[in-house]
Amino acid sequence: MSLVEPTAIAPAEHDRSRLRVFLSALIADRIASVSLIIFLCIAFVAVFAPWIAPTDPYDLVTLNILDNRLPPGSVGMDGTVYWLGTDGQGRDLLSAIMYGLRVSLLVAFVSGVIGLAIGLSLGLLSGYVGGRTDTVIMRIVDLQLSFPTIFIALLILALFGRGVDKVIIALIIVQWAYYCRAARAAAMVESRKEYIEAAQALKLGPVRIILRHLLPNCLPPVLVVATIQIAASIAIEATLSFLGLGVPPTEPSLGRLISNGFQFTMSGQHWISVFPGLALLITIASINLVGDRVRDLLNPRLQR
Amino acid sequence: MLVYVMNRLFQSVAILMIMTLIVFFGLNVIGNPIDIMVPPDCGFDCRAAAEAAFGLDRPIHEQYFIFLSRMLGGDFGNSFVFGLPALDLILSRMVATLELAFSAMLLAVVIGLPLGLWAGLYPESVSGRSITALSILGFSLPSFWVGIMLIMIFAVELGWLPVTGRGETRTIFGVELSILTLDGWSHIFLPALNLALLKISLTIRLVQSGVRETIGMDYIKFARAKGLSRNRIIFVHVLKNVMIPVVTVLGMELGTMIAFAVVTETIFSWPGMGKLLIDAINLLDRPVIVAYLVIVSMMFILINLTVDIICGFLNPRIRLDGSRS
Repeated sequence: MSLVEPTAIAPAEHDRSRLRVFLSALIADRIASVSLIIFLCIAFVAVFAPWIAPTDPYDLVTLNILDNRLPPGSVGMDGTVYWLGTDGQGRDLLSAIMYGLRVSLLVAFVSGVIGLAIGLSLGLLSGYVGGRTDTVIMRIVDLQLSFPTIFIALLILALFGRGVDKVIIALIIVQWAYYCRAARAAAMVESRKEYIEAAQALKLGPVRIILRHLLPNCLPPVLVVATIQIAASIAIEATLSFLGLGVPPTEPSLGRLISNGFQFTMSGQHWISVFPGLALLITIASINLVGDRVRDLLNPRLQR
Repeated sequence: MLVYVMNRLFQSVAILMIMTLIVFFGLNVIGNPIDIMVPPDCGFDCRAAAEAAFGLDRPIHEQYFIFLSRMLGGDFGNSFVFGLPALDLILSRMVATLELAFSAMLLAVVIGLPLGLWAGLYPESVSGRSITALSILGFSLPSFWVGIMLIMIFAVELGWLPVTGRGETRTIFGVELSILTLDGWSHIFLPALNLALLKISLTIRLVQSGVRETIGMDYIKFARAKGLSRNRIIFVHVLKNVMIPVVTVLGMELGTMIAFAVVTETIFSWPGMGKLLIDAINLLDRPVIVAYLVIVSMMFILINLTVDIICGFLNPRIRLDGSRS
């Protein structure tokens, strides 16, 4: 892949064409583009679940307890077809998975965006200012990263209690250190370049230099970390919910659905935890595959 | 070297102090522990009496030092549920967790090493590519779901292996172990495999990339030119160099395994300390929660310290950098 000669065109146009080159390279890769399409479908289903799901799994009026634990493809008491079967309370599993995806993706997205904002700001500050600020911030990052993520998440939930908000806080705390480290590494390289020196020579304020000049150039490596972190946080949220520490049972995420199905696995009603698990697996795998490809594309060492 | 070790030791103590601070203030500042100890109809006087009895009326920093000094003496208080000292509970369950973690580590090496070696030697073959693809899949699989699938296939459908508990244990040097009996083996296999899954993927990747890098090195070409047999080159010259990063990374991953054992133990009802933690959280058994968090933090810090010191011995560059900073 060859990049367009950067000096030949105006900055804005250059950015857009660079993005276009990047996107066309991404689409040219078959695995990455298929994964991207799958992920977009999943995201679509998650966002529009209330409108496209066959039933509303949390509307108690439509639930029929006699329809509980029906195998996939069964027809319920009122003639509804349950393509993926029903769970212990007679909820349509397909609809429950759609709603579950919504919760899982929402938690991952919200925590990802806040974690990114915190990690990015501290990382840029750390890399640009250096000195004692850098030492203090990086010590905290190192301290946190010396513990396994799942332990940090368990620690927070064990101390503060359960609930969606607590899970989001736990995921933010788990993630920010990764963003911070990536942003700092990029900022340290970038802030030694001429354009930053030029901006400093123009007596621009540090806030303006960081936000307008440093930030856009440090973003790509941080965004790569973000795709991988979002997949990881979906997995962590599912794990925590499975352990009963995550989202409450009234609004189950995929992890909770799997854990609800777990008790029926022993009696051979496997679909209740198999299908939500497959949904989870496909979501995580598609994000990971796209992220893997994005990382290769943005890695200057692999470009000729 | 001594300076480096002392430096790392000092850092470890500092990290441990920070962890106890977080645990203590997290528990006491956010929620008042007295709320769950007194009956709901307890009036102001009764509450004050209870607070005084537990030392909660003192200034917070004083409470922290009391907590710290009791902790150093190994006193985390008694479990609300079991009525036993929390530390004893954790220690009695720790063996089961460590047994699980080490078995998983063994599985990761026994399965991951040959597969990684194969994929590294024949990267373009169908089998090599499938191994690589499997290892990528292994990173995406949510491990708790795989645990359920393992139970479903091997225990429910096929009925080959039991799924709960440790099975028959045998006591050796005062420690109960499952791996000493056949029944214990059948009980530990599935949970250990479940816990090992991610590490198998990791080992495959490490070994594979290591082999691919090493095979092009000059000393391998030299060994081949010297007329050494293929087996000798692979198993002595290549493997020796590949094993260094594998051992280091797996050593550091031991901590992750102990943490992740929480999930595996919950699925397979393995009576380790992770299951104890989840039960304690569900029952709001604070002394046990605190004891688990502090003890496990200590284990992580110890593992990191050991790995760092070993790396310092192996690689003088790290040691010199470390002692200067």
